[in-house]
Amino acid sequence: MTSIALASSNGTQTVTDHPDTAPMAIRGMTVSYGQKPVVFSVDATFPEGSMTAIIGPNGAGKSTLLKASLGILRPLSGNVTVFGQPLNSQRHRIAYVPQRASVDWDFPTTVLDVVLMGLSRELGLLRRVRPRHRARALECLDRVSMADFANRQIGQLSGGQQQRVFLARALAQGADLYLLDEPFAGVDAATEKAIIAVLQTLKAEGKTVVAVHHDLSTVTDYFDRVLILNTSKIAEGPVADAFTEDSLQAAYGGRLATAHVAGIPVAG
Amino acid sequence: MLWQALTLQLGYNATLVAIGATLLGFAAGVTGTFLFLRRRSLVSDAISHATLPGVGLAFIVMVALGGDGRNLAGLLAGSAVTAALGLLAVQWLTRRTRLAEDSAIGAVLSVFFGFGIVLLTVIQTMESGRQAGLDGLLLGSTAGMLRSDALLIAAGGALTLILTLILRRPMIMVAFDEDYAAARGLNIRQVDLATMGLVMAVTVVGLKVVGLILIVALLIIPPVTARFWTDRTERVWLLSGLIGGISGFVGAAISASAPALPTGPIIVLTGFSVFALSLFLAPNRGVLAAILRHVAFQRRVHIRQGLLAIAQGQPIYERYTVRLLHRAGLSRPDGVATEAGRARSAKALMDEKRWEILRAMPDQEAAAALYDGIRPIETVVTSDQLAEIDTYLASPQEVSA
Repeated sequence: MTSIALASSNGTQTVTDHPDTAPMAIRGMTVSYGQKPVVFSVDATFPEGSMTAIIGPNGAGKSTLLKASLGILRPLSGNVTVFGQPLNSQRHRIAYVPQRASVDWDFPTTVLDVVLMGLSRELGLLRRVRPRHRARALECLDRVSMADFANRQIGQLSGGQQQRVFLARALAQGADLYLLDEPFAGVDAATEKAIIAVLQTLKAEGKTVVAVHHDLSTVTDYFDRVLILNTSKIAEGPVADAFTEDSLQAAYGGRLATAHVAGIPVAG
Repeated sequence: MLWQALTLQLGYNATLVAIGATLLGFAAGVTGTFLFLRRRSLVSDAISHATLPGVGLAFIVMVALGGDGRNLAGLLAGSAVTAALGLLAVQWLTRRTRLAEDSAIGAVLSVFFGFGIVLLTVIQTMESGRQAGLDGLLLGSTAGMLRSDALLIAAGGALTLILTLILRRPMIMVAFDEDYAAARGLNIRQVDLATMGLVMAVTVVGLKVVGLILIVALLIIPPVTARFWTDRTERVWLLSGLIGGISGFVGAAISASAPALPTGPIIVLTGFSVFALSLFLAPNRGVLAAILRHVAFQRRVHIRQGLLAIAQGQPIYERYTVRLLHRAGLSRPDGVATEAGRARSAKALMDEKRWEILRAMPDQEAAAALYDGIRPIETVVTSDQLAEIDTYLASPQEVSA
């Protein structure tokens, strides 16, 4: 974290910070629904071991940028490299946690079975689920304090618990890059604490974390980098440099009551 | 007669039909599950209706080439071609235009079916067409089933089943969470096409036995029926296959036991009766279970509320509550608590306070989630944990004392 801050303030880049080798580098990304661009010409780099919040007003294209950079949506233009390689050759190193609302929670499946989906690369089409696979899934559930729920039908969980199951599924993949879409939306305080603890552990292990985030008051506590978006990129960099009143004003305009947002370094 | 049919003693043809229908039912039940999980069951309706023009075209081509227009393998191959076209048309309309899938299904279904009927009418006027009996493929006709037909149906059903089981993991992943599946590198469009291709294969194989109009029932009824009984994906498809297979076998047997009972419709009605039974009797999701659960829950809530009111010295206003308490020997007819009622109400109040503490304990989330206002706390925590809870319960009282 400190090395990144130093690197950027010197104007030079460390090896992992460089777009050619970074866990994820997005160049010239434009995504549109019909004739209206939702994301316009965005460049972004997520350095190794960093934890980035993607913030911006509603409809700023935060989730869209995430989805397009994973190939879930087809961008109009733009290029994504993952650890310096084409996206498709590195998919096994990426874990994606989609928005909770994207799923039908009445689906006939259990918590454990959902987490086992994280092991689909190992299981392939036909390999049987062995006790060691189950043990690994349970271990991931334990990391988000959900092991007791392993055999519940997923619809019986609260929103926060569902979010933690999604995180456990991502952990089961053993990935190096974690992309989360609004992981704290509509979850209880206990869940928020559990999720942020897991993410910080991942960061400490040298993994890279990127999360679409909507709560400006926790940005400085949770993250070390921000990407501020309002269709095009407003600012990007370490929280201390980029998370300024000026850039927030530029992104949110009059919609932001800055007085209520804690922890923003006032631009001098 | 029915018993003889069920034990396969009604002769060669009936046995062939029963075996074919069983395999078909099993394959349709399993394959249909993945369409059901993807919430696209109705696509099968478009696919099945789109088989008809293919049947007519195949007949015309085979006759034109000097062959037997009624060759089942040829007819099924033709039906597969137009069914695939229909399927691609639905896919294309849904993806590339603003039409919603239901509209696309309606358009494709009626146009293809209409064209098929035109072809069949033309064939009726052809020299060699009068005896073709192609309309038997509309509702299925098993009367003149040949051994080779039965083998074709069995082999096609088995092959489809095997392919479905091989592809089940990607199909489940896409059905549950499309975005996640795409992020993992699955090609959603290809997986969907595979799912529907398998459904198409079952449809084509099933034309002879149940016909194109009713095959939809064999693809939809078994999975929705199975869903009543289980919450696990792996069990839904297995159970769905069993329900489909049993419907096929029993339906074929019933229809063989009397002269004027058409096989396809009887199979569908058999499947429906299993559905109707499940709808009412399934333990968790069934209608009856839901009603009973609601009534029982309501009674327990009333009694609990009554007991808490007694413990706090408040009057009970609801007559239903008083009646329940009286019937349980906890109060007099006028609502005044009996000895037993006072004991139970003290216990209820204690329980409520303990729950309050438990629900505030961060490490007891799984237990706390079981709170429903009536469950005794001893059933969710150990005696050690209960003692721990009681230390919290005791402390404020000590302060006030």
